[in-house]
Amino acid sequence: MKQGLTSAAGFPACRPGEMLVTDAGKSHPGGVALSLRKQEFIRGVRDTLPLLLGAFPFGLIYGAVAATSGLSPAAAMAMSAFVFAGSSQFIAVGLVAAQTPVAIIVLTTLIVNLRHMLYSATLVPYLKDLSQKWRIPLAFLLTDETFAVTVHRFRQGDASAEKHWYQLGSSVAMYLNWQFWCLSGLMLGKKIPDASDWGLDVAMPITFIGMIIPFVKTTPVAVCILAAGAASLLSLNLPYKLGIVVSAFVGIAAGLMTERNLKKAKRALAS
Amino acid sequence: MTASECILIAGMMAVTFGIRYVLFALADRIRMAPWIEASLKFIPPAVLTAITLPAVLLPKGEWHLSFSNPYLVAALVTTAAGIRTRNLLATIAVGLGAFFGYRLLL
Repeated sequence: MKQGLTSAAGFPACRPGEMLVTDAGKSHPGGVALSLRKQEFIRGVRDTLPLLLGAFPFGLIYGAVAATSGLSPAAAMAMSAFVFAGSSQFIAVGLVAAQTPVAIIVLTTLIVNLRHMLYSATLVPYLKDLSQKWRIPLAFLLTDETFAVTVHRFRQGDASAEKHWYQLGSSVAMYLNWQFWCLSGLMLGKKIPDASDWGLDVAMPITFIGMIIPFVKTTPVAVCILAAGAASLLSLNLPYKLGIVVSAFVGIAAGLMTERNLKKAKRALAS
Repeated sequence: MTASECILIAGMMAVTFGIRYVLFALADRIRMAPWIEASLKFIPPAVLTAITLPAVLLPKGEWHLSFSNPYLVAALVTTAAGIRTRNLLATIAVGLGAFFGYRLLL
């Protein structure tokens, strides 16, 4: 991991061509854009590296579970390659093993992945000037992890017009990581039937806690996560992981109300 | 791959991509009300928390609210490490170390 970080960070400096491009860019704006794009892409990959650690056990366990679910290995890999949505893949494989009708599995996938619509809503202001040629792959590759790191990049105040390359770098890193570990899980599947007892699944909450903390900078956001957390525990009985979306709305409402009340209180103090 | 597997994957791909893409597709035509725009910043922490907290307090799908729950202990250590270090990789390393170390102790 550490080595990966260093080599990714050192990559531009290691290439003699890189400096040339930057220098030439002073007279050719295209050169600057090319170099900036590469820098953004590499930064996106680099900032996502720690999160690959959180996704790998899930890929491995997904592959192992898929291998015993009755789904063919080709179909299990095709699902990773074309659907690329961890939690819904897990649920789908479980439903396949229980011989659930296809239409129900597809409907379940739709509901489980609803949170992605909240993610894309958040990114709309930053992607609205991109061509559809960009929006399609960025949408296809959208995950919890890429979303969480990319939002921070988009919100940074610098004027870089190539921040979508950062998102692409993060997306590609997540995609390749997921395919690799799913394939490994499939191949090891029957040899490690107790993989889900190893406790590797702890990697998900740990990486997610690491992702949440940088967002908690203001009182309204703190109230928002407290409310969303409480709601997630009260909505455990909702099917299809609907509790996630419901709790998100509870958290958002609590955050908005706190923000309004704080503003009101400030105005009252000022007048 | 059987025909029904192809239909399953095509269906899952269509709905998943559809959900991820529909707002991107209309991005330049969407006019957001100011209060909706103000609510966007709460989406990442709200969704991530709603995914994470149940995974920590009900690690195997059952409530486990005690210090014999290594997921809970690791989550508390991770939170402290995250606030202290402000470094994602260090936070995750400390959290994983806490989990597997604590499980050895138990």
